[in-house]
Amino acid sequence: MTSKARKFALLAGLSCLIGACDDYRRTGVAETGVIYCSEGDPATFNPQLDASGTTVDATSYQIYDRLLDIQAESNDLVPALATSWLVKNDGKTYVFQLRKDVAFHQTGYFTPSRNFNADDVIFSIERWRDATHPYHQVGGGSYPYFNSIGLNTLIKDVRRINGYRVEIELHRPDSSFLANLATNFSVILSAEYGDTLLQQGNPEALDSLPIGTGPFKYDQYRKGQYIRFRKHENYWGGEVQLDPLIFSITPRSSLRVAKLLTGECDAIAYPAHSELGILDQRPEIALDEKPGLNVGFWAFNTIKPPFDNPDVRRALALAIDKDTLINAVYFGSAERAKGLLPQTSWAFQGSLRDTSYNPVAARELLDKAGVPRGFQMDIWAMPVERAYNPNARRMAELIQGYLKAVDINVNIVSYEWGTFRRRLREGIHDSVLIGWSADSGDPDNFYRPLLSCSAIFSGTNRANWCNNEYDRLIDQALQYTDFEQRKLFYQLANTIIAQDMPLVPIAHAYRYHAYQSHLHNFQLNPYGGLSFAGVIKQ
Amino acid sequence: MMYAYIIRRVNLLVVTLFVLTVASYGLAFLFPGDALMNLSGVVTTDPDQYAELKQKYAFDSNYVYGFFVYLGHILSGDWGISLYSGEPVLEEIARYMPATIELSSYALVLSMLIGVPVGFWAGLRFHRSIDYTIMTGSVIGFSIPVFWLALLLIIVFSLQLGWLPMSGRLSLLFDIPQRTGFILPDILLSDLPNKADALYNAALHMVLPAMSITIVTSAVVVRITRRSVADVMESDYMKAAIARGFSPAQAIMRHGIRNALLPILPQIVMQFTVLLTNAMIVELIFSWPGIGNWLLQAIYLRDYPAITGGMLAVSALVIMVTLSMDMLIRAINPLKRRDVHGTI
Repeated sequence: MTSKARKFALLAGLSCLIGACDDYRRTGVAETGVIYCSEGDPATFNPQLDASGTTVDATSYQIYDRLLDIQAESNDLVPALATSWLVKNDGKTYVFQLRKDVAFHQTGYFTPSRNFNADDVIFSIERWRDATHPYHQVGGGSYPYFNSIGLNTLIKDVRRINGYRVEIELHRPDSSFLANLATNFSVILSAEYGDTLLQQGNPEALDSLPIGTGPFKYDQYRKGQYIRFRKHENYWGGEVQLDPLIFSITPRSSLRVAKLLTGECDAIAYPAHSELGILDQRPEIALDEKPGLNVGFWAFNTIKPPFDNPDVRRALALAIDKDTLINAVYFGSAERAKGLLPQTSWAFQGSLRDTSYNPVAARELLDKAGVPRGFQMDIWAMPVERAYNPNARRMAELIQGYLKAVDINVNIVSYEWGTFRRRLREGIHDSVLIGWSADSGDPDNFYRPLLSCSAIFSGTNRANWCNNEYDRLIDQALQYTDFEQRKLFYQLANTIIAQDMPLVPIAHAYRYHAYQSHLHNFQLNPYGGLSFAGVIKQ
Repeated sequence: MMYAYIIRRVNLLVVTLFVLTVASYGLAFLFPGDALMNLSGVVTTDPDQYAELKQKYAFDSNYVYGFFVYLGHILSGDWGISLYSGEPVLEEIARYMPATIELSSYALVLSMLIGVPVGFWAGLRFHRSIDYTIMTGSVIGFSIPVFWLALLLIIVFSLQLGWLPMSGRLSLLFDIPQRTGFILPDILLSDLPNKADALYNAALHMVLPAMSITIVTSAVVVRITRRSVADVMESDYMKAAIARGFSPAQAIMRHGIRNALLPILPQIVMQFTVLLTNAMIVELIFSWPGIGNWLLQAIYLRDYPAITGGMLAVSALVIMVTLSMDMLIRAINPLKRRDVHGTI
């Protein structure tokens, strides 16, 4: 061995020592384990209680199952815990045949003595529906999703026919009912676990130490650090391939991307749009893109003059160039919005006309409406990044520039997210840049929470816009089950929105999913909610 | 004599800790919000529970009595509940503190292993080119802000080269039950089938954080050692030893090393505070689950019981380490035994 060769060998040995020749990702027996870097702490382990995406991602598809699921590609409802269902002729009564031999999780804190049956379905629904249910007030007694769409007042009765058959009766026909039972929030809890906890005098544990029928069972949670799930050995949906599944809580988006690059995360939540380019270049990282069921918009506070005048709202809509906004804020990863619904929805209306950029016409309209030159208005820009609007602040600055051209001075307002939402509810804003991500594939999930009169009170109608004709149309649409018939009503509703312009739809952002390419079958759910059930690591 | 000294020292320790508890009690009133909530960490709208808390912390009496009641709770281990996690503050501290101690001690040992020999070398070649080279390196290492250095190391070794992980102290895939809180003993004590993998993984996680602190600290150690060695080399007894016919190497071995090392130790102990501060910053950057990361998060989240508890724990740690090192130095350095007054 020459001295040169010896030096080289030494160098190679040294670099081995610090890990260059060995893969530090090697973990021996833990080859089936997956680390998902999520963006925050879940507020609870029961998605009935909290509608935020963070809670849903961590719990809904990991720990629980629903009666029905929505198939991502076709938007069809498919059996989950209910194997079949039928609607009686009156359109108000639904009968569900339940799946047999579905085991609940067995954990250190609970050992189930029986399998899933009708009692669990009744327990899960009555918890949020029936205010006298012993668990209704546990965890605050607020069920945001069910209350916001009025599901608690829609259901008249939930009856047990036999151990594996449940009947649900509604007050009136509602064609979005089944879709609502398939949302991330309509999870099935264990009635037996609920009873046990009640006897122990510790009902709060139902939402913090969860028991469900889903593919993963809760093992450990350390706030701000991680959630550890183990696989559910007796999962009814087949063998679960991953064990353990870990949510590593990493609030900073740049840190998530860095950890994905170093291999410390197998998949990450919400990669920032500005960092997609870096991820796309890496061969070992898969980046999936899907049109999301969401809409980012600019809503005007229609109870506040001069924004109560539809002409003013239309004028402001004409004054902005949506294409530039989409390029600058979404980096092109969004499609231009013409209405509330994205193209992937079955009720999307292709013939809908979009506003075009025309500052001259905008100024004329403003003059006609008596808005003086140099008029001062506020734009509230939300402080957080959301799929539907990754950078509201930047968008507000661009709009500021456009409105300057029509002699309107814009003042940009922002608060910490909690304060922002509270003040927004007080209705003191002029206009706001915000958006909506749908929870189910049903178009009603856009039309009702965003612009119906009742949504002013539940705090999702940011325009404070109330139009009885519009409300009547979207109510009528629910009376029909035929898509083509429903579509007609939604088209009429679109016309009202276009004329009255309570909000300017700006973009439907794509949803992104970034993960190591050794994960297979890891699919994006367009309705939010993340599922690791069928994922394989190879 | 020695006992009197130890008593003085312990006395000083007690007084300092007492002042700290006064400060942490006072902070609860100075922080925004309800003082009772800041002390206990219990958020309640239930009047019965509130009255119970009021009684527990003697809020109806005067501040002095209230403070002693609070001191009683502190001494009995009731440090309140974290507003963020809802867990007892003391339990959380006990969970996060070992990670910090672990990281700091590895960094300290590494800094000594690197800093002392290099400093010796520079001291022996005082004002020669090798000395200037080492000093240049030391000044650079000393003046680099540690958070910037840490980020630089991440960019090079994690993101570019992909050799080392950049967050945490062990891959989360390993499920190691916490026994001592120190990761290496915990792995050895666990019944994991793949201990070797886990140890390897933990060691790799430790490299970058320890390296960031070590670079900055060893630069200081180099300077201290160099100065001390240079002083010893200039001293009369060294000159005398050489005049008597010792070779320089013999003189250094017999008289130089011990005399040069003794004054270094107390100065290095003084560096412990700086090192701990650096460790807390580094923890944040490497998501190291230590007390610094936890405390900074508590500040960010305005978790007052955790802030006061963390402050108390960190300062108590600093004082105890300083004092015990001081006693150790006295034990090995006879010259020090003369001064009887305690210092911190």
